[in-house]
Amino acid sequence: MQQIRRRLLKAIGSVIPLAAAAGAGLLRAGDAFAATWNKAGFDAKAAADALKSLGVTGAQPSKDIVLTTPDIAENGAQVPVTVTSKIPNTQSISIIVEKNPFPLSSTYDFSSGADGYVSTKLKLGQTSNVVAIVKADGKFFTATKEVKVTIGGCGG
Amino acid sequence: MAEPMKIRAKMDGDAADVKVLMSHPMETGQRKNEKGDLVPMHFIQSVIATHNGKLVLDAQWSQAVARNPFLGFRVKGAKAGDKITVSWTDTAGDKGSIDSVVAA
Repeated sequence: MQQIRRRLLKAIGSVIPLAAAAGAGLLRAGDAFAATWNKAGFDAKAAADALKSLGVTGAQPSKDIVLTTPDIAENGAQVPVTVTSKIPNTQSISIIVEKNPFPLSSTYDFSSGADGYVSTKLKLGQTSNVVAIVKADGKFFTATKEVKVTIGGCGG
Repeated sequence: MAEPMKIRAKMDGDAADVKVLMSHPMETGQRKNEKGDLVPMHFIQSVIATHNGKLVLDAQWSQAVARNPFLGFRVKGAKAGDKITVSWTDTAGDKGSIDSVVAA
Protein backbone atom coordinates (compact mmCIF):
# COMPACT_ATOMS: atom_id res chain seq x y z
CA MET A 1 0.00 0.00 0.00
CA GLN A 2 2.72 2.34 1.06
CA GLN A 3 4.52 1.58 -2.18
CA ILE A 4 1.53 2.33 -4.37
CA ARG A 5 0.89 5.53 -2.53
CA ARG A 6 4.46 6.59 -3.05
CA ARG A 7 4.31 5.79 -6.71
CA LEU A 8 1.08 7.70 -7.04
CA LEU A 9 2.55 10.75 -5.36
CA LYS A 10 5.54 10.53 -7.62
CA ALA A 11 3.27 10.32 -10.64
CA ILE A 12 1.28 13.34 -9.54
CA GLY A 13 4.49 15.19 -8.84
CA SER A 14 5.63 14.68 -12.39
CA VAL A 15 2.28 15.67 -13.88
CA ILE A 16 2.05 19.05 -12.22
CA PRO A 17 5.17 20.58 -13.76
CA LEU A 18 4.07 19.19 -17.11
CA ALA A 19 0.69 20.85 -16.78
CA ALA A 20 2.35 24.09 -15.77
CA ALA A 21 4.61 23.92 -18.78
CA ALA A 22 1.65 23.25 -21.05
CA GLY A 23 -0.13 26.22 -19.55
CA ALA A 24 2.84 28.44 -20.22
CA GLY A 25 3.00 27.08 -23.74
CA LEU A 26 -0.63 27.95 -24.32
CA LEU A 27 -0.06 31.46 -23.05
CA ARG A 28 2.83 31.87 -25.42
CA ALA A 29 0.76 30.52 -28.29
CA GLY A 30 -1.83 33.19 -27.51
CA ASP A 31 0.78 35.91 -27.89
CA ALA A 32 2.38 34.39 -30.92
CA PHE A 33 0.28 36.11 -33.57
CA ALA A 34 2.71 38.99 -33.51
CA ALA A 35 5.88 37.01 -33.80
CA THR A 36 8.09 40.04 -33.58
CA TRP A 37 6.36 41.63 -30.60
CA ASN A 38 9.11 42.41 -28.11
CA LYS A 39 7.56 40.71 -25.08
CA ALA A 40 10.68 41.00 -22.91
CA GLY A 41 10.93 44.70 -23.64
CA PHE A 42 7.27 45.52 -23.11
CA ASP A 43 7.16 43.48 -19.89
CA ALA A 44 10.27 45.19 -18.50
CA LYS A 45 9.55 47.31 -15.44
CA ALA A 46 12.77 49.31 -15.62
CA ALA A 47 13.88 51.50 -18.48
CA ALA A 48 17.34 49.88 -18.40
CA ASP A 49 15.85 46.41 -18.97
CA ALA A 50 13.71 47.73 -21.83
CA LEU A 51 16.84 49.21 -23.42
CA LYS A 52 18.61 45.89 -23.04
CA SER A 53 15.78 44.11 -24.82
CA LEU A 54 16.18 46.48 -27.75
CA GLY A 55 19.88 45.70 -27.91
CA VAL A 56 20.79 49.29 -27.13
CA THR A 57 24.44 49.76 -26.23
CA GLY A 58 26.48 52.91 -26.15
CA ALA A 59 23.63 55.18 -27.17
CA GLN A 60 24.76 58.73 -27.85
CA PRO A 61 22.61 61.79 -27.27
CA SER A 62 22.01 63.42 -30.64
CA LYS A 63 20.89 66.88 -31.66
CA ASP A 64 19.58 65.43 -34.92
CA ILE A 65 16.60 63.94 -33.10
CA VAL A 66 13.74 66.31 -32.56
CA LEU A 67 11.55 65.08 -29.73
CA THR A 68 8.41 67.14 -29.49
CA THR A 69 6.22 66.87 -26.40
CA PRO A 70 4.32 69.37 -24.33
CA ASP A 71 6.34 70.70 -21.36
CA ILE A 72 3.30 70.27 -19.18
CA ALA A 73 0.57 67.75 -19.93
CA GLU A 74 -2.71 68.47 -18.23
CA ASN A 75 -4.06 65.07 -19.16
CA GLY A 76 -1.58 62.25 -18.74
CA ALA A 77 -3.88 59.93 -20.69
CA GLN A 78 -3.31 61.74 -23.99
CA VAL A 79 0.18 63.16 -24.33
CA PRO A 80 1.19 63.93 -27.91
CA VAL A 81 4.72 62.77 -28.70
CA THR A 82 6.43 63.34 -32.03
CA VAL A 83 9.89 62.09 -32.93
CA THR A 84 11.72 63.33 -36.01
CA SER A 85 15.10 61.80 -36.74
CA LYS A 86 17.35 63.66 -39.17
CA ILE A 87 19.99 60.97 -38.83
CA PRO A 88 20.58 59.29 -42.21
CA ASN A 89 19.42 55.69 -42.55
CA THR A 90 17.16 55.78 -39.53
CA GLN A 91 15.93 52.20 -39.14
CA SER A 92 13.75 52.41 -36.08
CA ILE A 93 12.47 54.67 -33.33
CA SER A 94 11.49 53.50 -29.84
CA ILE A 95 9.86 55.67 -27.22
CA ILE A 96 10.44 55.06 -23.51
CA VAL A 97 8.54 56.75 -20.69
CA GLU A 98 10.92 56.26 -17.77
CA LYS A 99 8.42 56.49 -14.91
CA ASN A 100 5.63 54.41 -16.44
CA PRO A 101 4.99 50.99 -14.84
CA PHE A 102 6.18 49.48 -18.14
CA PRO A 103 8.54 52.07 -19.61
CA LEU A 104 8.75 50.86 -23.22
CA SER A 105 5.74 52.35 -25.00
CA SER A 106 6.32 51.57 -28.62
CA THR A 107 8.79 50.73 -31.35
CA TYR A 108 8.54 51.77 -34.99
CA ASP A 109 10.56 50.00 -37.67
CA PHE A 110 10.90 51.80 -40.98
CA SER A 111 11.52 50.33 -44.40
CA SER A 112 11.23 51.20 -48.09
CA GLY A 113 11.44 54.94 -47.83
CA ALA A 114 9.44 55.67 -44.72
CA ASP A 115 10.79 58.83 -43.14
CA GLY A 116 12.36 58.71 -39.68
CA TYR A 117 9.33 60.39 -38.26
CA VAL A 118 6.51 59.23 -36.04
CA SER A 119 3.76 61.01 -34.21
CA THR A 120 1.51 59.44 -31.62
CA LYS A 121 -0.18 59.96 -28.28
CA LEU A 122 0.98 58.19 -25.13
CA LYS A 123 -0.18 57.67 -21.58
CA LEU A 124 2.03 59.07 -18.84
CA GLY A 125 1.36 57.84 -15.34
CA GLN A 126 3.24 60.74 -13.77
CA THR A 127 5.82 63.41 -14.52
CA SER A 128 8.56 61.59 -16.38
CA ASN A 129 11.39 61.77 -18.83
CA VAL A 130 10.37 60.69 -22.31
CA VAL A 131 13.27 59.14 -24.22
CA ALA A 132 13.39 58.64 -27.96
CA ILE A 133 15.85 55.99 -29.10
CA VAL A 134 16.82 56.05 -32.76
CA LYS A 135 18.62 53.21 -34.46
CA ALA A 136 20.53 54.25 -37.58
CA ASP A 137 23.15 52.16 -39.38
CA GLY A 138 23.16 49.82 -36.41
CA LYS A 139 24.06 52.61 -33.95
CA PHE A 140 21.84 54.07 -31.26
CA PHE A 141 21.09 57.72 -30.56
CA THR A 142 18.82 59.26 -27.97
CA ALA A 143 16.95 62.40 -27.12
CA THR A 144 15.30 63.05 -23.76
CA LYS A 145 12.66 65.47 -22.64
CA GLU A 146 10.83 65.83 -19.35
CA VAL A 147 7.06 66.09 -19.41
CA LYS A 148 5.32 67.37 -16.31
CA VAL A 149 1.97 65.71 -15.76
CA THR A 150 -0.66 67.71 -13.94
CA ILE A 151 -3.19 65.60 -12.11
CA GLY A 152 -6.62 67.05 -11.54
CA GLY A 153 -5.41 70.48 -12.58
CA CYS A 154 -3.71 71.10 -9.22
CA GLY A 155 -0.36 71.87 -10.78
CA GLY A 156 2.68 69.67 -10.51
CA MET B 1 -14.17 45.78 -33.43
CA ALA B 2 -16.19 47.07 -36.31
CA GLU B 3 -15.69 50.61 -35.13
CA PRO B 4 -14.54 53.09 -37.73
CA MET B 5 -10.96 54.03 -38.37
CA LYS B 6 -9.95 57.25 -40.03
CA ILE B 7 -7.07 57.91 -42.36
CA ARG B 8 -5.76 60.89 -44.26
CA ALA B 9 -2.82 60.79 -46.64
CA LYS B 10 -1.62 63.97 -48.31
CA MET B 11 1.50 64.99 -50.19
CA ASP B 12 3.81 67.28 -48.23
CA GLY B 13 6.96 68.08 -50.20
CA ASP B 14 8.53 64.83 -51.41
CA ALA B 15 6.71 62.67 -48.88
CA ALA B 16 3.18 61.57 -48.15
CA ASP B 17 2.05 62.69 -44.74
CA VAL B 18 -0.25 60.02 -43.30
CA LYS B 19 -2.44 60.44 -40.25
CA VAL B 20 -4.48 57.58 -38.82
CA LEU B 21 -7.00 57.41 -36.01
CA MET B 22 -7.91 54.02 -34.61
CA SER B 23 -10.84 53.21 -32.40
CA HIS B 24 -9.68 51.10 -29.50
CA PRO B 25 -10.03 51.16 -25.68
CA MET B 26 -6.29 50.37 -25.14
CA GLU B 27 -6.94 48.93 -21.68
CA THR B 28 -3.80 48.89 -19.53
CA GLY B 29 -4.92 46.19 -17.12
CA GLN B 30 -4.56 48.73 -14.28
CA ARG B 31 -7.89 50.48 -14.51
CA LYS B 32 -10.85 49.43 -12.37
CA ASN B 33 -14.47 49.46 -13.51
CA GLU B 34 -17.40 50.81 -11.45
CA LYS B 35 -17.52 47.57 -9.46
CA GLY B 36 -13.87 47.90 -8.50
CA ASP B 37 -12.77 44.97 -10.66
CA LEU B 38 -9.66 45.29 -12.75
CA VAL B 39 -10.41 45.67 -16.43
CA PRO B 40 -8.21 43.15 -18.23
CA MET B 41 -5.46 44.30 -20.55
CA HIS B 42 -6.58 44.76 -24.11
CA PHE B 43 -4.53 46.83 -26.50
CA ILE B 44 -3.26 47.08 -30.05
CA GLN B 45 0.07 45.29 -30.25
CA SER B 46 0.99 45.57 -33.86
CA VAL B 47 0.42 48.22 -36.52
CA ILE B 48 1.60 47.73 -40.07
CA ALA B 49 1.58 50.27 -42.88
CA THR B 50 2.14 49.54 -46.54
CA HIS B 51 2.70 51.81 -49.54
CA ASN B 52 1.39 50.25 -52.76
CA GLY B 53 1.62 46.89 -51.00
CA LYS B 54 5.20 47.38 -49.79
CA LEU B 55 5.85 47.44 -46.05
CA VAL B 56 6.95 50.90 -44.87
CA LEU B 57 6.24 50.89 -41.16
CA ASP B 58 6.07 48.03 -38.66
CA ALA B 59 5.13 49.31 -35.22
CA GLN B 60 4.93 47.41 -31.94
CA TRP B 61 2.87 48.97 -29.22
CA SER B 62 2.32 48.51 -25.52
CA GLN B 63 -0.62 49.54 -23.39
CA ALA B 64 1.02 52.96 -22.94
CA VAL B 65 -0.32 54.19 -26.25
CA ALA B 66 -3.34 56.38 -25.57
CA ARG B 67 -6.94 55.27 -26.05
CA ASN B 68 -8.25 55.64 -29.61
CA PRO B 69 -4.69 55.77 -30.87
CA PHE B 70 -3.34 58.39 -33.23
CA LEU B 71 -0.47 57.57 -35.53
CA GLY B 72 1.30 59.89 -37.92
CA PHE B 73 4.09 58.89 -40.29
CA ARG B 74 5.65 59.97 -43.58
CA VAL B 75 6.39 57.98 -46.71
CA LYS B 76 9.19 59.41 -48.83
CA GLY B 77 8.92 58.97 -52.57
CA ALA B 78 5.18 58.45 -52.50
CA LYS B 79 3.11 60.16 -55.17
CA ALA B 80 -0.45 61.39 -55.36
CA GLY B 81 -2.68 58.46 -56.24
CA ASP B 82 -0.54 55.89 -54.40
CA LYS B 83 -2.27 53.54 -51.99
CA ILE B 84 -1.48 53.54 -48.27
CA THR B 85 -2.88 50.76 -46.09
CA VAL B 86 -2.73 50.64 -42.30
CA SER B 87 -3.75 47.56 -40.33
CA TRP B 88 -3.58 46.65 -36.66
CA THR B 89 -3.88 43.54 -34.47
CA ASP B 90 -4.69 43.63 -30.77
CA THR B 91 -3.99 41.33 -27.84
CA ALA B 92 -7.34 39.57 -28.33
CA GLY B 93 -6.49 38.82 -31.95
CA ASP B 94 -8.95 41.41 -33.27
CA LYS B 95 -7.92 43.22 -36.39
CA GLY B 96 -8.69 46.44 -38.20
CA SER B 97 -7.58 47.86 -41.50
CA ILE B 98 -8.09 50.95 -43.60
CA ASP B 99 -6.62 52.28 -46.82
CA SER B 100 -6.43 55.59 -48.54
CA VAL B 101 -5.26 57.10 -51.79
CA VAL B 102 -2.61 59.79 -51.34
CA ALA B 103 -4.07 63.21 -52.14
CA ALA B 104 -2.00 65.78 -54.00
